[in-house]
Amino acid sequence: MDIFLQQLINGLVLGSIYALVALGYTMVYGILGLINFAHGEVLMIGALLALSVIKALAGLALHWTLLIFISLLVSASACIVLAWAIERIAYRPLRNAPRLAPLITAIGVSILLQNIAMLVWGRSYRAFPPILPNFEYEIFGAVISAVQLVIVLTAGLVMCFLRLLVHRTRLGRAMRATAENPMVAQLMGVNSNQIIALSFVIGAALAALAGLMVSANYGIAHYNMGFMLGLKAFTAAVLGGIGNLGGAMLGGILLGLIESLGAGYIGELSGGFFGSHYQDVFAFLVLITVLIFRPSGLMGEKMSERA
Amino acid sequence: MLLQFCTKHAQSKQGGIFIVLALALILAALPFVVGNTLGNAWLRILNFTLLYIMLALGLNIVVGFAGLLDLGYIAFYAVGAYCYALLSSPHFGLHLPIWLTIPSGALLAAFFGLLLGAPTLRLRGDYLAIVTLGFGEIVRIFLNNLNAPVNITNGPQGISGIDPLHFFGISLGKPINFLGLNVPSLHSYYYLFLALTALVVLLSVRLKRSRIGRAWMAIREDEVAAKSCGINTRNLKLLAFSMGASFGGIAGGLFAGFQGFVSPESFSLMESVMILCMVVLGGMGHIPGVILGGLLLSVLPEIFRQNAAPLQIAILGKVWLDPEALRMLLFGLSLILIMLYRPNGLWPTSAPSSAEQK
Repeated sequence: MDIFLQQLINGLVLGSIYALVALGYTMVYGILGLINFAHGEVLMIGALLALSVIKALAGLALHWTLLIFISLLVSASACIVLAWAIERIAYRPLRNAPRLAPLITAIGVSILLQNIAMLVWGRSYRAFPPILPNFEYEIFGAVISAVQLVIVLTAGLVMCFLRLLVHRTRLGRAMRATAENPMVAQLMGVNSNQIIALSFVIGAALAALAGLMVSANYGIAHYNMGFMLGLKAFTAAVLGGIGNLGGAMLGGILLGLIESLGAGYIGELSGGFFGSHYQDVFAFLVLITVLIFRPSGLMGEKMSERA
Repeated sequence: MLLQFCTKHAQSKQGGIFIVLALALILAALPFVVGNTLGNAWLRILNFTLLYIMLALGLNIVVGFAGLLDLGYIAFYAVGAYCYALLSSPHFGLHLPIWLTIPSGALLAAFFGLLLGAPTLRLRGDYLAIVTLGFGEIVRIFLNNLNAPVNITNGPQGISGIDPLHFFGISLGKPINFLGLNVPSLHSYYYLFLALTALVVLLSVRLKRSRIGRAWMAIREDEVAAKSCGINTRNLKLLAFSMGASFGGIAGGLFAGFQGFVSPESFSLMESVMILCMVVLGGMGHIPGVILGGLLLSVLPEIFRQNAAPLQIAILGKVWLDPEALRMLLFGLSLILIMLYRPNGLWPTSAPSSAEQK
């Protein structure tokens, strides 16, 4: 029972991170129909930058919350500028080009950012400075660390905030209108270019936050950390129904839970034949199964044959 | 300039023959020229380029002709390569002839293509892309981990000591004495790969013009309309998947024999992405364009590799930046620039499809 609970907690932490990243994918996809392959790389840059800032300020003997806050501020602003530039340079000129052209530039941006990060931060893993408090809470025999608790709560809070923004404000209405139909939205006085840039920017800020969370949770950051994480997050977005904010959150949490529970129990279930190395297989197997039975994702609207 | 010249003259029949002959002569002489001026390293690159062109043409059937975005194509290459490796290496002690290993690799890859295609038929566009991507990763993870408790793939270490390609008692692993001429191993591989690439090109051209090819393109342009015209979209999409996969499987078998070593590392997602880039960059669905894309994307990174360090020494006096990172950085940059200036690919079809006009 306590193992189950422990895996549940781990899955929830992982899932909250996936959900934050998935939101970035789903917002961009909902409006442009574009898989922003560079999103994971934005997260990676954010994580590495935050780490460097913390390291640089570690000598000042500031309180750890303040340190985290400053590093997040720096990395989020940098990611926002980066995402804005990517949209402007690599995606906007290709908005009316064949569908696969922006996919290739996205891959190009992804390769570019990874290698810039490799040049700046090196090939090795960067360790997260030991500034975080390390007390742990015990619930029914399972352990949750303070960091994990903060991650889950922050992610929940941010997602609630985003939901309010999209569903309760004028700006949110403009975003939803653009997602529905950019042309008509523009005729109604929405500056859709601005809205598209905004969706990239919000996604980038969330990615910076998620990047900091990942590196705080696992204690490391690496130039190569973004790609697989981004892929999983995109999987989560598809699982929940891409283009749907609630779906991205649900998909992220679900994927995290499935992965950690799956990895925890597969050895027992298969009599030791499969080990926890197969963790990554789950994400994709679940995705394939869901898409076979519900091609538009769990919460996605059913699309007609002619889109 | 050269392209214009070629296409202009290819129209007249005589010109076509002239161009083909000239091209054949150049390609036949190429390994000796390259081997003597640039060395054996470039000869190997040349051989890999031919393999990549085969792969790109195989993927072109799926993506370019039928319009099904496949991001896990390398899985079929892996299936072909491991099939060859397991059937003719000391790993299981089997040394079957290539008349068995290569076709079984192709068949197995085709079967995997069906396996992937069947459940994903209803999916469209990007959903399909992400499922195929997941499939590619699953295959790689299995190859990486199927070494315990029963050792099938030897895990991350991969399989080494694979037999070189061999037929009619000739092994391509050793120099061959051909009419008194001593042909080194790399050269004979080159000629074999060249012949097979030519075969794949011919097959692709014939396929494109055939009833099947035209049906594929109809599906690509508008699936509903194609269906209402009486095209069996389900079977044809499955056919596209399995045919593209079998091309990948054959190329994989050749790769295993040529390299003598396979490991899961060679079949990462990045490789799938690279092959897709070749297809899209060159010009989707257009066979000369795809060949150009394959050629560029396998040769360009190598040029960067060889010049990244010396160039820095020449300009800045010493190696400031990690050459490997610099090489990939330049590669990423060129992908972006080419797409920004030629969104339809470097050498697209002359009549753009409706999907391309959009």
